[in-house]
Amino acid sequence: MLRLERGSAPLWLRALLPIAAVLITFLLVSLAIWAAGANPLDVFYEMLIKPLSKRTSRLEILVQATPLILTGVAVTYAFAAGYYNIGAEGQLYAGALMGALVGPKLTSVPAFFAIIVMLLAGFLGGVLWALIPALLKVRLKVDEVVTTLLLNSVIVFFISALLNGVWRDPISGWPRSPAIAESAQFPSIISRSRVHLGFILAVLALLSLWWVLKRTRFGLELRASGLGKEAARFMGVPVAKTMLTAALISGGIAGLAGVSEVAGVHYYLIDGLSPGYGYTGIIVATFGGLQALGVAIAGLFLALVDTGALSASRALGIPAYLGDIVQATLLIVTLAVLLLNRYRIVRSKPMRKAP
Amino acid sequence: MPIPFLSIKNLSKRFGSLSANEAISLELYPAEVLALLGENGAGKTTLTKMLYGIYQPDEGELILAGSPVRFRSPADAIRHGIGFVSQHFSLVPSFTVAENVVLGREGSALLNKKVLNDKVRQTAEHFGLALDPTSLIRDLSVGEQQRVEILKSLYRNCQLLILDEPTAVLTPQDVDKLFETLRNLQNQGLSVIIITHKLEEAIAISQRVAVLRLGKLVGVEQTQNTNAKALAKLMVGRDSVPVTRNEQHHQEKTTVLAAKGLTVKDKRGLTTLDNVTLELHAGEVLGIAGVAGNGQTELVDILTGMLKPEKGQVLLAGKTLDLGNTRAFEVAGVGRIPEDRLKGVIADLSVAENLTLEHIPQFSKTGHLNAKAIRQEAENLITTFQIKAKPNDKTRTLSGGNIQKIILARTLSKNPSAVIAAQPTRGLDIGATNFVHEQLLAQKERGAGVLLLSEDLDEVLRLSDRILVIYGGKIVGEFMAAEAELETLGLLMAGSKDVAA
Amino acid sequence: MDFVIALLGATLRIFTPILLAALGETLIERAGILNLGIEGTMLLSAFSGFVVAQLSGSLWLGLSAALLTGILLCVFMGLLSVTLGLNQHVAGLGITLLASGLALFSFRILYGGSSTPPSLERSFAQLALFKGTALEPIFSQYGITYIALLLVPILGWLLMHTSFGLRLRSVGENPEAADIAGLNVYWVRYQALIVGGALMGLAGAYLSLAQLGAFTHGMVNGRGWVAIAIVIFGNWQPSKVFYGALLFGFLQALQLRLQAQGIPLPYEALLALPYIITIIILALAGRNASYPAALLKAYRREGA
Repeated sequence: MLRLERGSAPLWLRALLPIAAVLITFLLVSLAIWAAGANPLDVFYEMLIKPLSKRTSRLEILVQATPLILTGVAVTYAFAAGYYNIGAEGQLYAGALMGALVGPKLTSVPAFFAIIVMLLAGFLGGVLWALIPALLKVRLKVDEVVTTLLLNSVIVFFISALLNGVWRDPISGWPRSPAIAESAQFPSIISRSRVHLGFILAVLALLSLWWVLKRTRFGLELRASGLGKEAARFMGVPVAKTMLTAALISGGIAGLAGVSEVAGVHYYLIDGLSPGYGYTGIIVATFGGLQALGVAIAGLFLALVDTGALSASRALGIPAYLGDIVQATLLIVTLAVLLLNRYRIVRSKPMRKAP
Repeated sequence: MPIPFLSIKNLSKRFGSLSANEAISLELYPAEVLALLGENGAGKTTLTKMLYGIYQPDEGELILAGSPVRFRSPADAIRHGIGFVSQHFSLVPSFTVAENVVLGREGSALLNKKVLNDKVRQTAEHFGLALDPTSLIRDLSVGEQQRVEILKSLYRNCQLLILDEPTAVLTPQDVDKLFETLRNLQNQGLSVIIITHKLEEAIAISQRVAVLRLGKLVGVEQTQNTNAKALAKLMVGRDSVPVTRNEQHHQEKTTVLAAKGLTVKDKRGLTTLDNVTLELHAGEVLGIAGVAGNGQTELVDILTGMLKPEKGQVLLAGKTLDLGNTRAFEVAGVGRIPEDRLKGVIADLSVAENLTLEHIPQFSKTGHLNAKAIRQEAENLITTFQIKAKPNDKTRTLSGGNIQKIILARTLSKNPSAVIAAQPTRGLDIGATNFVHEQLLAQKERGAGVLLLSEDLDEVLRLSDRILVIYGGKIVGEFMAAEAELETLGLLMAGSKDVAA
Repeated sequence: MDFVIALLGATLRIFTPILLAALGETLIERAGILNLGIEGTMLLSAFSGFVVAQLSGSLWLGLSAALLTGILLCVFMGLLSVTLGLNQHVAGLGITLLASGLALFSFRILYGGSSTPPSLERSFAQLALFKGTALEPIFSQYGITYIALLLVPILGWLLMHTSFGLRLRSVGENPEAADIAGLNVYWVRYQALIVGGALMGLAGAYLSLAQLGAFTHGMVNGRGWVAIAIVIFGNWQPSKVFYGALLFGFLQALQLRLQAQGIPLPYEALLALPYIITIIILALAGRNASYPAALLKAYRREGA
């Protein structure tokens, strides 16, 4: 008799699970497309294959992937440590805000230094916004899920107040921050494209994630804290300190995502700078299995879905919100499929262990 | 002879190759209190879980009021008039007494609080339980909470009430009140089973005592015809110590580890460890004998750096250790084997990671992990300690014995000056058990002091040079192992006071 | 005086959907589930209510569709978090993302990208109480508002004075005890989700079928997150949740009035206030916050 038993899934199964998740997701999404009166295969072709065939859209995927990879890395740092940071969105805005505050003042600074200042400002903004819930968690054991979630709205209100108040353009009435100095703008890294320095930042963040988690003492202690708090403490890991540090790194990297959107794409801060990159980061991290390579693939894949959904909407009249449906379905299916990770299939009679 | 309320006929239960209960036959009469006595692992819990429908017997049957019955679930057992009060209360702290009692048996969709409170109050008064139905559980003492648990069973019209080690969590005053309650129930015609390892209590409350040893019922005595000594003998099952023991007496008495005045209070304010002072000498195995739940867990947690006690200090070679700081203990040279081995390793990390995390500063001088050194260390330890695994295997996939070897390997290979070994062989097969014993004795030969805490009395007797007995959070006796009498040990472990230790 | 009366009337209009959502979330959290799917559940309910009302011409059919949508999404939350035991906050976020995506996707398909958003020919009418008195402007409200007000004592009573409430609270506080008492913990949690989901659906229906008579993208606009904050603010008690929703509605209404009068004020500060107060409450209460003890914990029988 075949049955499921608690244990570790074999490697081939674990490698197969993400692929299964993608297939199930597209099967489910086909229903929505079919209901919309279109042929799912046509849509998937427009969405997933066509964007890869043209240089411009291939490069556009990299632009889209930049904030997704950064927030994905940010969320992974926190989740891997067992700290459920739902606040990457707010930390992203905090980073963007710092960038928008510092950026316009860097007119007489050489580009190299201006960009470094921008990065530091963005990182610091994210760290500061992550500090409150992280301290509440470590010192007072206040659940971080609700606090990080609520702080997302608070910073959006704060920025909105600035945009509609002191920053409102007196002539045009546009709610946007003063433009950052030209020297503070991220340069394009590929000619004739919008791909900017932020993408390199995202790649560096991925490398840091891989290196820290796999190659450093801190990373091992971080994973240990996330996988078994009590046992980690038994083995001498300073669990609270590790968790706090992970939460702050997470906030900082989310802040980088914000500053990268300001300095690499818009050059000023606007309402709706992020269409929910912080939340998508949770999908990227979960689907990526909380690992650098997985996050890279997930970030690129979700960027493809986003870009592809736009072009499918142009070509076939399918609403671009299809991309959101694909991403959300993927998150839920991944969660469910990952359950299988904890089981192995055994062929035997049930036998109970002594209590 | 009255008609039994419940007859147990040839009840057997096996877990794999372990026979937890073997052909047990016992009759339970109305209006009597029966004490079920036995060491840890004698099969008391298994037997009662079968009576309460949690386990299904492999063989044998239960006869209730003349007709055979099967309890498929606790709910089934409740319907047949069985009540069970476990050591872990299942009460909702933010609910009132009455709400907890009626939960699942409200009687109607609308709660008429006054009517329910009155009903609960009447039941409580009928059985002489002093409880206010309107008070919140979280404001009650442990003794009162236990009364609520008893009341829950009575409210469901139980005829047979089973109490699992009910006095373990109580103060002496609460124990008196509990016994008064039990006598009341008996007078009302109920049949009561009280599981205990405390001889005096068994004698104080019961009419009959049933003794279990190694899954078998070894005797049922009328309480008035027996005494503590006879029962202890039945419980332990031998007159003298049968095992060969290390007769070497170490000459020098260098103290490697000293604990002074360790005191711990639990969340409810009960003292679980009471001014414990002990000295561990170099080159000895010091065994701590005791029945589970008498302060061993707290003692282990302090000595492994997991718990900061209310009072007291721990010294290693004369230097005070930073209490509650696991790394400080490890660095100072305390070898630590945790009580629950799954709290000593992280199942989703690799074997190599679990072998080195405890000493990680040695493998990461600059913060960067020295992967080569880690792998080499893992391979060495795997070979030396015969761990059946590869360095990159997930620890989750290993057997209990191999997980225990990981813990032994990483801590003993550092030549600690003191080893805290808590339940080092619990749940292991014979091969793995022997391996662990050899390793611990090797540490002693090397000159380390080994503190052995075990619920397995044979293990304590076989390995120790000196034995301390712990009871109720206190050290109540000390023996050189060669001179220890099993009977005296058993009496002390059971909290008997008429022993001159 | 007119200013105050108008302000109070606006307060009730704004607070209704938040109160309903927060009451639904209260029930669900009291049963041990943190439902972050609330934001998307409200949006999809508002949408389905609008579509059905528009296509059928019946507001009541629309209302039923909204309630059903709320219930289905919460049952889906139960499937993920109760039956499968998935991480509650990630599952909830997933539902919010999915439901929002579905609502916006379907809206675009049905109504295209037309510049003038479609609206209902007729939405729920207001019901004026205290006619002819000074109070009339305050109590010219939609029927759903009165229902919401009535629900506050009703739910308080349901939680505290019925066996349904007792069981619901028991699975949120100590599911082991509930299980031992013979209750089906899963089923009780699903019941809470069904009732809570209906309330969230009603909140969505209020937005599209009463207040606006239309559907727009940003129509929920964080009200779900506000509801989560208010549940904490209200200490998981319907009566206090009512005050929390009232405070939020008042601040929001005040902000709108002040803005309309052209008073220069960072009105966003008023909007952010409930969030900040909630975080301060959590910080002050720390571990002692009266969270349902089993919140966020999937229940599994020992050894199962």
